[in-house]
Order: sequence, then C-alpha cells, then structure tokens
Amino acid sequence: MPVIEVSNLNKRYGERVAVDDVSFTVEEGEIFGILGPNGAGKTTTVECIAGLRTPDSGGIRVLGLDPRTDGAKLRRLVGVQLQESQLPEKLSVAEALDLYASFYPDPADWRQLIADLGLTAQLKTRFGKLSGGQKQRLSIALALIGRPRVAILDELTTGLDPQARRDTWQLVEAIRDKGVTVVLVTHFMEEAERLCDRLALIDAGRVVALDTPAGLTAKVADEQRIWFRPSAPLDDRLLGDLPEVTSVTRSGPRVLVTGREDVLLAVVTVLAREQIRPLDLRVEQATLDDAFVALTGRSIDTDEETTV
Amino acid sequence: MTALRKLTLTELRLFLREPMSVFFAVLFPSVLVAILGNVKAFRKPDPALGGHRVIDLYVAIAAIFVLAMLALQAAPVVLATYRERGILRRMSTTPVNPVRVVAAQLIANMLIALVAVGLVLAVGRIAFDVSLPRNAVAYAVAFLLTSAAVFALGLFVAAVAPNGKAATAIGSLLFFPLMFFAGLWIPREVMPPVLRTIADLTPLGAGEEALRAATTGDWPGLGPVAVLVGYLVAFGLAAARMFRWQ
Repeated sequence: MPVIEVSNLNKRYGERVAVDDVSFTVEEGEIFGILGPNGAGKTTTVECIAGLRTPDSGGIRVLGLDPRTDGAKLRRLVGVQLQESQLPEKLSVAEALDLYASFYPDPADWRQLIADLGLTAQLKTRFGKLSGGQKQRLSIALALIGRPRVAILDELTTGLDPQARRDTWQLVEAIRDKGVTVVLVTHFMEEAERLCDRLALIDAGRVVALDTPAGLTAKVADEQRIWFRPSAPLDDRLLGDLPEVTSVTRSGPRVLVTGREDVLLAVVTVLAREQIRPLDLRVEQATLDDAFVALTGRSIDTDEETTV
Repeated sequence: MTALRKLTLTELRLFLREPMSVFFAVLFPSVLVAILGNVKAFRKPDPALGGHRVIDLYVAIAAIFVLAMLALQAAPVVLATYRERGILRRMSTTPVNPVRVVAAQLIANMLIALVAVGLVLAVGRIAFDVSLPRNAVAYAVAFLLTSAAVFALGLFVAAVAPNGKAATAIGSLLFFPLMFFAGLWIPREVMPPVLRTIADLTPLGAGEEALRAATTGDWPGLGPVAVLVGYLVAFGLAAARMFRWQ
C-alpha cells in the first residue's frame, strides 16, 4: 500500500490556480521528489498533504488517513520541515529540542538525534547565532523528533553553500536508510537527481512527468554528446559513417559527435584504430534540466528565491 | 499537560533574556514608587486627593503600569513576531495546537505580573508605609479583571499587527494615552471633569479605580467592573475572530 496517495488535487488562491489536478503516490521507504520551478505549486501540494491547507477538491491519504479529518493523528506520524520557518532568536538548540520533544507521545532521544546531525557542539547556542546550515539541521532534527514515519522536507538546501548542501544530502539519505519515507520538495535539478528514487516534475500546478530521474532523462533524450580535440588530423567521414553516430560537427579545433547509447565505444574504437588520441574528452548526457526543457519548453528557474 | 508546562517555562525563559522588558515591566514600576516616595511633599496627606498621599495613589498606578507594559508592549510583540517568523505555523505541524503558545504566553505574563506587582506593593509598604490592600480578595478580583481586559486588548493588537514591528508601534500608541488616563502623569483625582469621565471609560483608568477601591477595603464599583468586562468581551472576541496563525 502506498504511504501517500494524492488524487486529482486542486487548489486555487482567488483567480490563480496553484495546483491543477495533481495525482501521484509515494511508496514506503523511498525518497520522493517534487521538482519544479518557483511558484509551480510544489509547496502548496505538500502543505495540503501535511494538513496545513485545505484543498478545493481531490483526495489525499497519508498512511491511510485523511489530513482534513484525521489531522491530529496524522501530526504524530508526519514530520514536517517548513520553508522559511524559524524559532525564537534567543532559544537554544537544546531548549528547542526539549520543547519539541514534549509535543510528542513517544519522542526520539534528541541527544542521539543531534549527535547524528552533528550539532552536539551547538547545544547551548541560541537559534539566532546558528549558521544557515546549522539552522537547517536543527529544523531536520525537529521534523524527526516525534519518530515520524513520513518526513516532508520543503526546500531543504535553499540558501546553503555547496558544502553544506552536500552534507544535508547525506543526512536525507540517512533518514531514508532508517526506514522513514521522505517527500523532498526542491527546485534544484542536481539535488533531485542525486537524492530522489522517484520524482514528480511539476510546472504551473500540473504534473508534467512522474518517473525515476534516470527514466525521465532517458525518455526525453537518449542522445549522448562527445566533445574532443583530435591529436592528429581526422577525417570526419570516418565517424559520420558509423551507424551509432547521428552527427559530427566542428567547433574550432574541437569535434562534437552526437549519437545513441553506444556511440562512445564506437568513436573510441575508430580513433584507436587511426591512432588518434581524443584530447579534452568530455561526454555529456541529458540531465533532468534537459528533460524539463523538453517537457515544458522552457528551462527551470534556478534562482535562489523561495516561493511563499 | 507537559507541553503547556514546557511552553510556559520557555516563554518565561525567553522573557528573562530580554533585559529591556525585564527592566520596564518588572523593575521600573518599583523604581518609580521609590523615586516618588522620596519626594517629601508626596508623603503628606493632600486634601485635593481625598486625604490620600500621592505615594498611596502611585502604588496602584505602578501596578497598572506593570500590566500595561506586559499586555500592550511585551506580549503582542512576541506573538506577532512568532507569527511573522512562522513559529506558530511550524507548531501547527506538530500534535500540539499553537493555541497553547498563546496560553503559555498569557500564563507566563501573569506570573511575571504577580512578581512585579508584589515588588511594587512590598516597596510601598516597607519604604513608605503604604498600606497593603485591605480587601485582598477584592484586590485579586480587580487585578484579574484588569489583567483580562488589558490582555484582551493586547491579543487584539497581536491579531491585527502584521509583524513584530507593527505590534511594537500599535502597542506604544495605545500604551501612552492609556497610561495617561490611568493617572501616570496626573492622578485621576485632579483631572478636569471631562478628562476624568474619559479616564473612567478607558481600561486602565477603570482598572486603576478598581484596584484603588480594593486597596482601601471596598469592592470595585459597578462602573469600573462594567467597563473592564466590556473591554474583555469586545476585544477578546475580536482577537479570537481575527487572530491568524500564519
């Protein structure tokens, strides 16, 4: 049985349609990504799942419960990390954890939790003095303190530096490894590609694709692009005649070969036979970004602004 | 109930970490009594004040000052900031309803008020021989009623203020005129009749009248009680209707 079932979810704010007939399911123990540009309706969707907003129509089941009628039960089973949500400036890390632990009937041992998250040295530090990454880690700790079965993490790494972002990814994988189902909202392609087992690509309130990251990229672009600079003069026809190759073009001293899956092996074999070394060899595969462009006709907006 | 207890302790702890709030709400009213009590003329019975001494009046005014400071300046800013920073919203994802934060905030403020008013009464009694409330039960009733009215007003401010800064501004805008009518600058006894009538209709003016009646051994009159209940009901309902959690 899926952990989360969303069917034909609709939500509008006045005239603006925020979520337009969204359906998906999340299976137990996976990291499910909701990926899309800012303002696509990602946050509204998860806020409906968390019971923070009431959808206009459509069904939501989380662990078999309806957020509208079983909210109280659900809040014990679902941990939520909200975008842009803070704590009192002068509350210390230990005090915040102790307080939030008192909200749950069977809380996790927060000292262990905070050790796992690498915040033990900050226990006496006040919230206002934490770095962005430390605040996010505390936020994750608070989402996990009630031993949830599902964790909803909204724009977890927005505003973090690359190192803190990668550290946070490891934490998310560790959460999943403990058996918690994770719903991850993000607008970072790289994050979705790295973390998610499956993801829903959302644009303008609609699900445009639902698949694994590899499945999504394979579906839209099975083309590979190989860039190199030949070490000796090369006749382009040698490559162009290969069945795996679809095109050969030159850009100054560099050669760009495109083709299907096995194109790299075919090209390298020909070059080896001709005793030409491919210098500065670079192989590009389609990314989620390419998939998004192919599906929506425009690039995902990757600026750092967050939706409200 | 552990959640409410922890929340209340947290609110108390956070209050104590704001030196300005601690000074103005807890210490300043007693300092005010001490300073005024040191003026010789204020320690002599004055026929214009019905035979009371100025210092007798200011012990009640200082108690009102405590409540006004907490209810109109401290609490609304805390609650509006909690909403602005998503703290109430975050709580609504846990099994504990954010209504408890408001409850904890009120309980914490009442505990602080008890300490601060106790200090004012002690300073008045020990240093300047101001008699303690002669009717303790009536004083407790007047104190609770005044607190209820002025905290209802404070919650209304927290409900309408979009953020902490606005709550500070609205709170101050209410604090100074209302404290004027409570007699902070000129006691109500010597106000011109028109001002006195207006003062009687304000929450802090009515509160001061109720506290003073209990101090001299009487029960608060129907007038001030009606005014206080009116503010409690009107602003309590308005706050409950208008308070947004996010």
